[in-house]
Amino acid sequence: MHERLRVNPILCSGHGLCAELLPEQIDLDEWGYPLLSDEPVPTALRPLARRAVNDCPVLALMLVAAP
Amino acid sequence: MTAAIRENATRDTATASSVRPVPTGLPRLLSATGRPMDLAAHMQVHGQTPYRGGPQMLIHTIESAGLTGRGGAAFPTHRKLTAVADQRGPRVVVGNGAEGEPASDKDKTLLWSSPHLVLDGLQLAAEAVGARKVHLYVHREPALEAHLDSALHERAIAGLDRIAVNLVSAPPRFLAGEESALASRVEGGAALPRLTPPRIFERGVHGAPTLVQNVETLAQLALISRYGAAWFRGIGTEAEPGSMLTTVRLADGSGGVAETPIGTPIAELLRLAQHPAQAVLVGGYHGAWLCGEQARRLTLSNADLRPLGAAVGAGVLAALPADRCGVVESARVVRYLALESAGQCGPCLNGLPLIADSLAQLANHRSAPSARGDLARWSKLVERRGACHHPDGTVRFLRSALTVFAEEVALHEAGRCSASTYEPFLPIPAGSPEHKNDWS
Amino acid sequence: MISGTAFWFASRATGVISLILFSIVAILGILVNRQGRLPGLPRFAVTGLHRNLSLLTVVFLGTHIVTAIVDGYAHIPWLSTVVPFTSGYERFWIGLGTVAVDLFAALIVTSLLRDRLKPSVWRAIHWLAYVSYPVIVVHSLGAYKDLRSGWLLALTMATVFAVVTAIGYRVVDARSAVPRPARVPEQFLQADQVRADDVRTDDVRTDKAGSLR
Repeated sequence: MHERLRVNPILCSGHGLCAELLPEQIDLDEWGYPLLSDEPVPTALRPLARRAVNDCPVLALMLVAAP
Repeated sequence: MTAAIRENATRDTATASSVRPVPTGLPRLLSATGRPMDLAAHMQVHGQTPYRGGPQMLIHTIESAGLTGRGGAAFPTHRKLTAVADQRGPRVVVGNGAEGEPASDKDKTLLWSSPHLVLDGLQLAAEAVGARKVHLYVHREPALEAHLDSALHERAIAGLDRIAVNLVSAPPRFLAGEESALASRVEGGAALPRLTPPRIFERGVHGAPTLVQNVETLAQLALISRYGAAWFRGIGTEAEPGSMLTTVRLADGSGGVAETPIGTPIAELLRLAQHPAQAVLVGGYHGAWLCGEQARRLTLSNADLRPLGAAVGAGVLAALPADRCGVVESARVVRYLALESAGQCGPCLNGLPLIADSLAQLANHRSAPSARGDLARWSKLVERRGACHHPDGTVRFLRSALTVFAEEVALHEAGRCSASTYEPFLPIPAGSPEHKNDWS
Repeated sequence: MISGTAFWFASRATGVISLILFSIVAILGILVNRQGRLPGLPRFAVTGLHRNLSLLTVVFLGTHIVTAIVDGYAHIPWLSTVVPFTSGYERFWIGLGTVAVDLFAALIVTSLLRDRLKPSVWRAIHWLAYVSYPVIVVHSLGAYKDLRSGWLLALTMATVFAVVTAIGYRVVDARSAVPRPARVPEQFLQADQVRADDVRTDDVRTDKAGSLR
């Protein structure tokens, strides 16, 4: 099952952890908010993605089924 | 005064058994006399509320009629009704009269003119989706609320409503009419947008499947349920049937709300021949500018407008006269839109004020050399990165302004302007300190 | 057979260490919340330290509890691990310790499951950290008399001071933070009103008579 990253922009307050953990899929814009890749998360990066979701201080990051 | 209440009709003909003449021409929604229709007047013209007798029965008729939402998105109404009716658990219906758009007056006008059509529509929609709770959501305004209260009171005495209608007042914000903000407010909280999915039809007010329909859509639904789909399709176009309410602002400053068949030429609605315009704003402040020549050739229909990146939306048409500056008007609008951000999402909270500021500097001939690049970059950064479509709509408006007023932009960059007056043309509400922070 | 004294000593030692660890974990938690950084470390390291030290605290806390019970002297029943105020010995002070354990367990368990919980639920329970801290301090001072004098007192006061300062900083910082909807007008750096400046009308759009086409 393919998954991709999604962020709740209301909860997100720009901590920026996610971009540090998963720079391949997450970049930060000029205000510190995440720019997520539309691509599904590659299998090799899944553990890091799970960690980024878990470590987000405000639980704004999610892994959802890729359409 | 007896009325034939349509029972279980799968066909939608206005038959001879009806004792009431089927209305022809216009107006359909608005009062023919120009004065508000109380219950007696409403009954005389339209008769009793034509309950079908069970859920889902009306939906087929609505599908045949081809009714689409009149709140701006033009989503097929029968699909919305089905989506909610198919959900499990107690369902909720909310009539949305909080247009939010400063340039639009149609919902307010409809609620003044024909409240009973809207209230009929609410009951019929509730019956169609099997809802047990009904709300009517309007901007906070004591006179209008009193008017609606008295209409509800009349209906209560006549025993017309099967479900009691709860009147909910919305703050005077641009985003108050957004579906998830509406749900939040109806629940008793602030009118702030929420993250979707889940969509409102799945989880809305207090988690229940919620049908949100614009008040004009409900009024149309009330008419279709009486006079049938064929009648509804009698005006308008094949693809976009029926009439719609438009708020027009002519180049000479006059205007108001008019009911018109979809597909009416814009030149006719704005009387462009007598009052020429350099540009026309279509769809309100989340809509798009068209240049004068384009607008002269088009009709008010999505078939004509969508290929140009515009849309009918909630039927706002504003004709900018030649003596005004499109850049200045647009800068005022974008500043208003930035101030109307809910401020919940980082990109919108940060990006919109920067965009507004840059455009204001351009309007004041103090544009930085990097302005064009900045505006393009910020537009890309705010699009689709909010919980709602506020940044998207703002960017659409901005891009159309920069395109249509490209010559004017160049003049401003050179420190000049072609306008002869900066008198505000488009309506921008003056903000008071309380207004800026009040979301409930 | 290990003498009771050894277990009792171990219990008090691991108790002091747990107190210090919890204080550090709390300060790190506040740092995470305020988006603070530790010099030279990436942001995820601050969060990582907060989590890892909290799990280390579980270890020391567990040892603290087990050794206290296994040591026969005080006759603390196993039930007292989770049910407060059921110990015969020092019922009140030990009871407070149990309350702290219950709260701490809620924090740890919900945090281990945090990606499965609704953010608002996890947040609400995590606020219990502020409740548990005074309970822990009072339990420590009440149950371990040696903490009330000498270098142990100095150590305890130092940790309390550090945590209270961190909490104070959080409160002050949070108060100056404006709720988002109200922040919008303040984002306007220049709040430039679009007004009529003195402007030169360009000749391109004017015909000879001076009126605009």
